[in-house]
Parts: sequence; C-alpha cells; structure tokens
Amino acid sequence: MLVKVAINGEKHEADVEPRLLLVHLIREVFRLTGTHIGCDTTHCGACTVLLDGRAVKSCTIFAVQAHGREIMTVEGLEQDGKLHPLQEGFMAEHGLQCGYCTPGMLMTSYAFLKKHPTPTEDEIRRAISGNLCRCTGYVNIVKAIQHAAAKLAQGGS
Amino acid sequence: MAPRTSFEVGGMGHSIKRKEDPRFIRGKGTYVDDVQLPGMVYLDIVRSPFAHAKIKKIDASKALAIPGVLAVITGQDLAKYNLHWMPTLMSDTQMVLPVEKVMYQAQEVAAVLATTRYGAADGVAAVEVEYEPLPVVVDPKKALEPGAPVLRTDKKDKKDNRIWHWEWGDGAATDRAIAEADVTVKQDIYIPRIHVASIETCGCVAHFDKVNDKLTVWMTTQAPHAIRTVFALVAGHVGLAEHKIRIISPDIGGGFGGKVPVYPGYVIAVAASVLTGKPVKWIEDRMENLQADSFARDYHITAELAAKKDGTLTALRIKTIADHGYTDAAANPSKFPAGLFHVCTGSYDLKAAHVEVDGVYTNKPPGGIAYRCSFRVTEAVHTIERMVDLMAHQLGVDPAEFRMKNFIKPEQFPYKSALGWEYDSGNYAGALQKAMDKIGYAELKREQVEKRQRGELMGIGISSFTEIVGAGPSKHFDILGLKMFDSCEIRIHPTGKAIARFGTKSQGQGHETTYAQILAEELGIPAADIQVEEGDTDTAPYGLGTYASRSTPVAGAAAAMAARKIQDKARKIAAHLLEAAPEDLVWEPGKFSVKGAPNKSKTIQDIAFAAYTNHPQGMEAGLEAVSYYDPPNLTYPFGSYICVVDIDTGTGEVKVRRFVAVDDCGNIINPMIVEGQIHGGLTMGFAPALLEEISYDEIGNIQGGSFIDYLVPTAVETPKWETDKTCTPSPHHPLGAKGVGESATVGAPAAIANAVVDALWHLGVRHVDIPITPPKVWKLLREKGVAG
Repeated sequence: MLVKVAINGEKHEADVEPRLLLVHLIREVFRLTGTHIGCDTTHCGACTVLLDGRAVKSCTIFAVQAHGREIMTVEGLEQDGKLHPLQEGFMAEHGLQCGYCTPGMLMTSYAFLKKHPTPTEDEIRRAISGNLCRCTGYVNIVKAIQHAAAKLAQGGS
Repeated sequence: MAPRTSFEVGGMGHSIKRKEDPRFIRGKGTYVDDVQLPGMVYLDIVRSPFAHAKIKKIDASKALAIPGVLAVITGQDLAKYNLHWMPTLMSDTQMVLPVEKVMYQAQEVAAVLATTRYGAADGVAAVEVEYEPLPVVVDPKKALEPGAPVLRTDKKDKKDNRIWHWEWGDGAATDRAIAEADVTVKQDIYIPRIHVASIETCGCVAHFDKVNDKLTVWMTTQAPHAIRTVFALVAGHVGLAEHKIRIISPDIGGGFGGKVPVYPGYVIAVAASVLTGKPVKWIEDRMENLQADSFARDYHITAELAAKKDGTLTALRIKTIADHGYTDAAANPSKFPAGLFHVCTGSYDLKAAHVEVDGVYTNKPPGGIAYRCSFRVTEAVHTIERMVDLMAHQLGVDPAEFRMKNFIKPEQFPYKSALGWEYDSGNYAGALQKAMDKIGYAELKREQVEKRQRGELMGIGISSFTEIVGAGPSKHFDILGLKMFDSCEIRIHPTGKAIARFGTKSQGQGHETTYAQILAEELGIPAADIQVEEGDTDTAPYGLGTYASRSTPVAGAAAAMAARKIQDKARKIAAHLLEAAPEDLVWEPGKFSVKGAPNKSKTIQDIAFAAYTNHPQGMEAGLEAVSYYDPPNLTYPFGSYICVVDIDTGTGEVKVRRFVAVDDCGNIINPMIVEGQIHGGLTMGFAPALLEEISYDEIGNIQGGSFIDYLVPTAVETPKWETDKTCTPSPHHPLGAKGVGESATVGAPAAIANAVVDALWHLGVRHVDIPITPPKVWKLLREKGVAG
C-alpha cells in the first residue's frame, strides 16, 4: 500500500505492507533512527513520535494509519541549527544517560508542554509515566522538563 | 575538595556537561539496531513453549516455503560444526541450539533467516516443532532432594542437580561464637529472580567478509575484548582467528550486567553470516529479553546473626541455595562461584563468619548475572542489613544506635574482614550521622510513636551498606583466565589535542566525559580537547569491560597512570625547551615552569608540538602512552540510606514518603554524573524492593515475562530522591576515587524492607521478602487483624 506522510515537514512516500508498523516505516524505510524500540507492548515509550501533534507510540500504529498525516520525530526538534529548549534542558540538567529512552521522552514532553506550559512536578511525572527510563531515576528528567518550561515561558522557541 | 583545574579545563570535581549528549538529544546515537548494511538479512528465533521437553521433530518445510525465508537453522545444523554447545563464563556449558531437549521455557529451538524482519518472524511462526514434555524442576530445594529428575543428562557423570558447593570462612569459630552468644536471630530471606530490563534489548549485526576473511560484529556487549577472545576460542576450529574478528560495541542503551554474557542469538547470527557470507541482524524483542536472557539474584538464604547482651555483634552464618537455571552462566570472576557474596559481613566489625552456597540446576533460564551490582553484593548487603536490623529490633535498641555501636571504626582501616577482604577506607558513622541529620531522624521517631497510637503504620528503615567494586587485583580476579586489568592508551597530537582509547565500554555512564576529565586533571589539556573512544576491538587497547562498577577504579586509574607517563616525557621535553634540568621544573596542571622563575614555562600544548617538531636528540618523537592497570585492591564505596514509608491499611500499598541517600565514593570526577548514577541506582534498588519479580509456576511457565507484568518503575511510583555525600578517598587508587554506579542499587532495597518491617514490628511481623507488593502486605495486615 502506498503511504504518503510528512516527517518533520518533509514529504515521504513508500509502498509498504499493510502490517508494517509506523516505527519500522520511520526507522527502516525512511532511515530516521532516532526513534527507538524498547518493548512490544506499548509500555516503554521509546518509540514515541507526534502524529498530527499528538504523542503516540509508533510501535502500536500501522504505517498506513499515518497516511496523509504529519509526523514529528526527535530529528525535527532542532530548527535552523538551534536546539529546542527541551534538548537544552536534558543536556543542562543531566536528564539522560544511555540516551535510548531520550527521543521518546523528548517527544512526550514536547506534546505535553504545548498543552501544559506551566506544569507542576507531579503533573510532569504523570505526563511521562508512559515512558520508561532505566538509567536516571527520573529526577533529572523532571528538572529538564521544568528547565524547558521556564525557557519556553520566557519566549524560547 | 576544591578543583585544581579551571572549569574551562574541566578536570576532577567539575560538573561539566556530557560529551555524549549532543548526539543523543538529536537522535543521532548509533545503537546496534541502527546499523544497516547492504544485503543484510534478518534472524529470528523459534522458542520453546515448554520448560523441559524432548524435541522429537522440527519440520521447517512450511517456513521454507515462505517467500524471503532463506534458511531454518537447527541444533543439528550447528552440530556439524560442533557449535551447538558453547562454554559459559563460569566454564559450564550452554546450548546454542538444542539437539535433544529444551531446558526452559523460551529457550532457543531453531533460527530462521529471511530477507526481511517480518519475513523472519513469519518463518518462526511456521516452524513446526514436536515436543515430548519431561518432568519440570522449578524449586531449587526440591531439585536437591534425592530422586529429583537429573536435568543435565548431557553430563555423563552428573547424578544430581547440584552444580557446586562453596564455603568460605572459619566454620568452627563461627559455630562456637554462635553457640556462646547471648542472643541470636535467624531468618530465611529470599531474594527473587529479577531482570535488568535495559530499555534497549540485546542484539547484533554479524558481517563475515568472505573476501578478507574478516568477521565484524556490532553487538550489545559490555565487554567487547573478552567477547572477541571467547569467539576465537569457541570458533577457532572453524577458522575464526582472533585477528580476523572485530567486535564493535556501539552506543549501548543500558547494560547493568545483562550485556556481559554471550547469548545464543549472537552465536547463531555469527554462524549464519559465516555460512551465507551475508550480514545478519538479530535483535531481541522485549519478551525474549525478559524470558531468555540472563537473570539476576534468585538466592534462597538462611542467615543467623549472633550478639552479646550489650549488643556487640559477634558472628554471622549464612547458608544459601542459588538457583542458576539449567546452566551456570553467571558473570562472576572464575575463582568465586558465588561472586563477592562473602562481603556479607558488611559495615560491621564481626569477628567470625562463615558462608555456604550451593549452586543448583533448575528448568529456568541460565544466568546469575548482576542487576546493576558488583557480583552478588546486593544479596550480601540485603542479608546483613536485614539481619542487623532484626537484631536491633530484637534487642529493643534503636537501629541507628545499634549500627553506630557495631560499625568498623575509621581508625580500623585498612580493615581485614572476617571473610578475608581488606576494606580500603571508610567512615560509616559519618555517613549515617549525615543521613540522620538530613532526614530529621529524631523527629521522625517521635512522629512514628504518635502515628502508631492512632493506628497508622509508618516505618523508618536504615541501610548502611559497604560496596566492593573495581575487580580486580589479578591475583584473585579473572574471567575464563583473562585477568581483570583494564587499559588506557593516549595519543597527544602535535597541536595539543588528544585521543584516548579504553578497554571498557560505557552503557550510559558517561565515560567519554569522565575519562576526558581524568586526563584534563592529569595533563591540563581541556576535557573538550580530548576525544575518548571505547568499544572497537580493532582500535582500543585490551580490557575486560564495564560492569561491577569497575570503570573508574580500574580504567580510570589506567588513564591517570598513562597520563603520568606522558607527563614524565613532557617534563624531559620541557626541560629541553627551557634549557633547565628536568628536576628543576615544577608541574601544575597544563604547564611546567622553572622552579623560582615562574615566568619561564612551557604549556602542555607547547610541549606536544615540540614532541613532533623539536624533541631532544636521542629521544623518540611523539607523545603517547598506554597503561594496563592492575589494581592492588578493590575499592569499597559505602553509604547510609534512610527511608520513611507509610503503609495503607486499606490496600497494603507501601508508599515511600522520603528517601535520603548519603553516599561516599571517595574523590569525585564529575559530581553531576555521580549524582545521576545514584539517582538511577536508587531507582533500580526501589524496583526490586517493591515491584519487580520473575517467578515460575509449577510447570515452569514464566510470570513476569513482559512489561505488562514485569513492573519497571515509572516516574509516578519512583520516590523523589534526596542525595548527599561524604568523601573518604581510596588510599590506593591514583585519584582517590572509588566506583559508584551500583552503590545505590546495592544499598536501597534493605532500607525499604527495613522500613516496612519497622512499620509492622509491633504487630509481630519479623520479615517480609521483596518485592513487598500490596497483596503481600495486605495479606499480612489481614492476618494481624489490622487490614482496613
């Protein structure tokens, strides 16, 4: 089946099996490998991308379901050589270690902050509870998201 | 300790930002599943639904009829090359693919090679295997009973399921001390089977280049050099010589010990690539990872602790049954089948101790690897910290006061433990006092009394652990004979920038940053100017890898020693440039100056340039060094953790209200990274204490084999960690540093378990095994008549 999508603003198309998962379309057909796979049961969130602005787990969506829609992946966060405040926050606050869950965390946080620009710590923790991190104990991920929220409130991009 | 270098240079003590992060936050890391080679094919694995069964027939015809399926590989195919069995790291044997029978549920039975990932999965579904179920042995205690089915029928002389019996310490002195004691406490403690569950599963891309006769394997390994040697030893007879094997460990998405062993999938992928000449990718899914990869723990412990009336601890006796699954595939130093479990006297000045461990075969996956802890240290710490707490409660003494009384005192270091370890340094009372002050211990005790009067269940738990990391001195530590040194090679370029390569492999710990900081400290070259590389066996010096918190203690020390060799040569070059005697030069990080004439100086960058352009006659050009560091001792980081829990009498839920962690890992290289390691370690201590467990039903069906029922903590359950530190440098490490990556995983579970028992002690509860789940607690509350 033909799938046409826009990923990070760029048009892509491919002829794929109907059963192909969106995460494999992104990673293996379009070779954007920032989106990761960590489980088979929609628990870990390493594969989180935005589909028409909504954070979704791309391991549980068929590629064909994304036809005609806009996808944003971690590779789309940096704009014109400028890091997104979330990316800056994760670096500044040591919000990552092995880096494997990081793209999913960034995308979940991105969608969350769009809707909740001034979250409390508990709201942040609930928002990222669909994304597992085995390295950081979440403390610094929370700080990273707070860092980004503060920066965005000051008019960061 | 105030940093000696400026922040711009970024030596020890500076929280510089990580060099790894720019690629990770852009999604530009390269993990093994990101490697895609032209013509690459995919391997997927058929797994057993039975825990113990004869394989009567494997019919691959339907699988082979699927377009794109290239081959179905069975044990019979590998047997032609004598590759159907492989050695484990503990010199036991493990099936790559079975010929006769399977020994655990999810064991590899056959492998399918196909042109696509989905095609390989289709092939797996179409392979038909006929099994004849055999009696299953799940309980290791029953496995040792006379008449139990003997599992390892492949071992001709094996008449039972005992793998080994191991003892350590003075049994007679311990028995005597326990017999003469005023008070003893005895407790069965089970530390369940758990899984590291790093978010990236295991996998590899094997590429055998038939033209150059060279095998390159990108694989999720924490120990690439050792793996290369193991491959050469195992497959030498089919022509894989060590110089023709290149292991590349790319970015690793968490390891925690689970990426030390050689899993059958790697070996089958290599064999498939050698046979077909095509690059072969094998990537586990999560359920395969949880169900078939090496587990951790699974220790059935009985401990007995003795004391005098005045509360002085005297002796410890431990007997343990260790469930290793169907083969002993633990990642331990060869000499110690139960790892470093005999550090079980912990932080206490015990005069006598004795440990016995029996390794046992059962119909479960093999393993006995770490779960973010140095070889079996969590088992040891959990036991002693539970037992000390039990004794304090039994004697009616405050557990903090009891620990203070029995701690090894600062002036006793270096301290020789009853079981033979030489602890390098410590100030245990200092760490505990700091934790008590930070959490407001006395006030919490008052609050607990009030709450108890109101029928509310609140507990305070302490764990004052001693870790043992940095294997190891080669006189005691090897894996398959390979001595556990580690290495650093430094090359300073003419323009004063540098590259350094190591025998270790980061899985998220931030080695690229930490090692650069060590070199910045020692050479004064800014950390930003130093590129650190690991994980490519064709370029890095040989080392035993990263696990057991050994990277800073061993490879970090190698970095300092290699840098000091460079400094020695730099001094001679500087003397030549400054026309002074080498001994008249004074070093400060980054430059040599003439004693008494500080204006006459040469920077390390000047010296580096001269090493290639103007070096003294008779001296070799260049500025390079390599060090293979064999530590004189292990390092013994320690800490005290205090945890406050509230228990919901309606649901049995244990809520960690506060958790204060005071850690001491000696001199710190990057405080930000160390704190991050502790946060992560605490979370991996919290997880098995309250959530995670892999268990089996009576016919060997796994429970907890996916993220649906294996409960890795999310940000919601994870407590808001409060951390602090004391600093007691290691006297033997060149930087005074100790390992830290696993301290918190080792120390945290006992603090939580002790808090729960403390909350329930007045109801008559003496012990609760981890994980302390709501149903388990609720059942206890109901038994005691206090369930809400």
